[in-house]
Amino acid sequence: MIRHIDLSSVLRRSVCDLYSNLVTRPTGAAVRTEIEHLLADTPGRTLTVIDFSHVGLLDYSCADEVVAKLLLRFASEAPPSDAYFVFRGMQEWHLDAIEAALVRYGLALVSERHDGLAQIIGNVGDDEQRAWDTVYRLGAADVATVAASLGADAPAAERLLIGLSERRLLVRLDEQYLALGHAG
Amino acid sequence: MTTVIPVPQSLDDVTFEQLLERLAPLPPDEKVLIDARHARWASPYGLVGLLTIAQTREVRPTLTPPESDETLSYWSRTGFFRHAEELFELHGTVPRARPTAESSVLLEITSVAKSADVHDVVDRIQQRAQNILERELSIDAQASVRFVMTLSEVCQNVVEHAGRGGWVAVQTYRWQKRLGGRRVVQIAVSDAGIGFRRSLESTPGRALTDRWDDGMALEEAVIRGVSRFRDRGRGQGLAGARNFLGKWSGKLSVRSGTARIAIVPPWDDDAPLLEGLSPFPGAQVQITIPERVPERDEQRTGERAADRGRAATGSRRGVA
Repeated sequence: MIRHIDLSSVLRRSVCDLYSNLVTRPTGAAVRTEIEHLLADTPGRTLTVIDFSHVGLLDYSCADEVVAKLLLRFASEAPPSDAYFVFRGMQEWHLDAIEAALVRYGLALVSERHDGLAQIIGNVGDDEQRAWDTVYRLGAADVATVAASLGADAPAAERLLIGLSERRLLVRLDEQYLALGHAG
Repeated sequence: MTTVIPVPQSLDDVTFEQLLERLAPLPPDEKVLIDARHARWASPYGLVGLLTIAQTREVRPTLTPPESDETLSYWSRTGFFRHAEELFELHGTVPRARPTAESSVLLEITSVAKSADVHDVVDRIQQRAQNILERELSIDAQASVRFVMTLSEVCQNVVEHAGRGGWVAVQTYRWQKRLGGRRVVQIAVSDAGIGFRRSLESTPGRALTDRWDDGMALEEAVIRGVSRFRDRGRGQGLAGARNFLGKWSGKLSVRSGTARIAIVPPWDDDAPLLEGLSPFPGAQVQITIPERVPERDEQRTGERAADRGRAATGSRRGVA
């Protein structure tokens, strides 16, 4: 199931009708809690598009509360559900705050750019990036395909792909790994 | 007995220390009269500092406002007297502030005590900051947003760490003697709360070293991003502010207790750390960003490109 969450609407609904900026920790914590409630309503595997398009300002503290702590929970060893996220509509200044938060925890996320292409933001190693790029280019790939593309052996490629799926950057479907935010 | 504390003609972060030196030997319950009759100019730091002084006194102090009509009018436009009349016994009458379309006051003195106040500050300054910073300081729209992010973070420090409310003010003005008369924008935030040292001491299980003092607490918080909260995500606000100020040759100084730390840009010769100052409760933060000039801009663009390259080691925005 694919769900779309407009962060600006969540902000108005959960904190204050008049706010358009995601600033302060209490605001961020309230918004994250609301997102978690929405996700709790949907059992099974989900893909949630978190949309920043109508968010004005995002400060560092709020980025930490909304984005990093949300991902930290779902990219943990015991996530509350099998949820994946794509972040949309982020401006450069949103990215500044989000990147700073992600790097602190060693997290990464998939962001859909304004031209529709996706990218990984955050803490990603070179090999992880190349593996993710390969799957993203193909839309879906198995271990053998990624290993061939990277010039790596199959166990090494598999470790990368499992790691990326545990980090919620790829979805594993049987033997295939699917890219999030794939436009093609 | 009332002790008279004269306000220097020019009141800024440096001359404010003169007030604190005079206040330091006085017991908190001694009546003081803050004599600003001869004051001709005050920075946002000076004005929010005066309010903070009043907040620290157990007996309501008296304030004699500036005699100069021009100074009086300016202090009024900053919203100073609106707050001062709640904290001081004001001698004489002060003019009511009238909103003006053309004003160097980007954000009137605003009290900050809770999270909603930070939203209010951000909402009020956002559009105005973009217009004025671009027009007067050649700071582009994206940087203006980052400026407001920085403002949001320094205000949150009051809400989260001070234990009592403080004030924030933002203003642009032209430096007459420094930086070739360039314009600057200044943020000043001041509170009379527990200060950085006591805030960090409140961390459960924190081991204190022999050298533990206000200076070290400031180094920990401002330079190393240490927070009283164990949460890994804490301490990002000041780190983000430092990063922004580094790109825009801005200056950050934080005074707390008996010490003051500064991130000093190349255009300034301030001391990175001052210790043994007169004690003063809470924390006082000042951020100064100078007008952008073309040659510096080109240099900064190059630095930004280098930053993007370096980012690959820690964080990346790779595009497939």
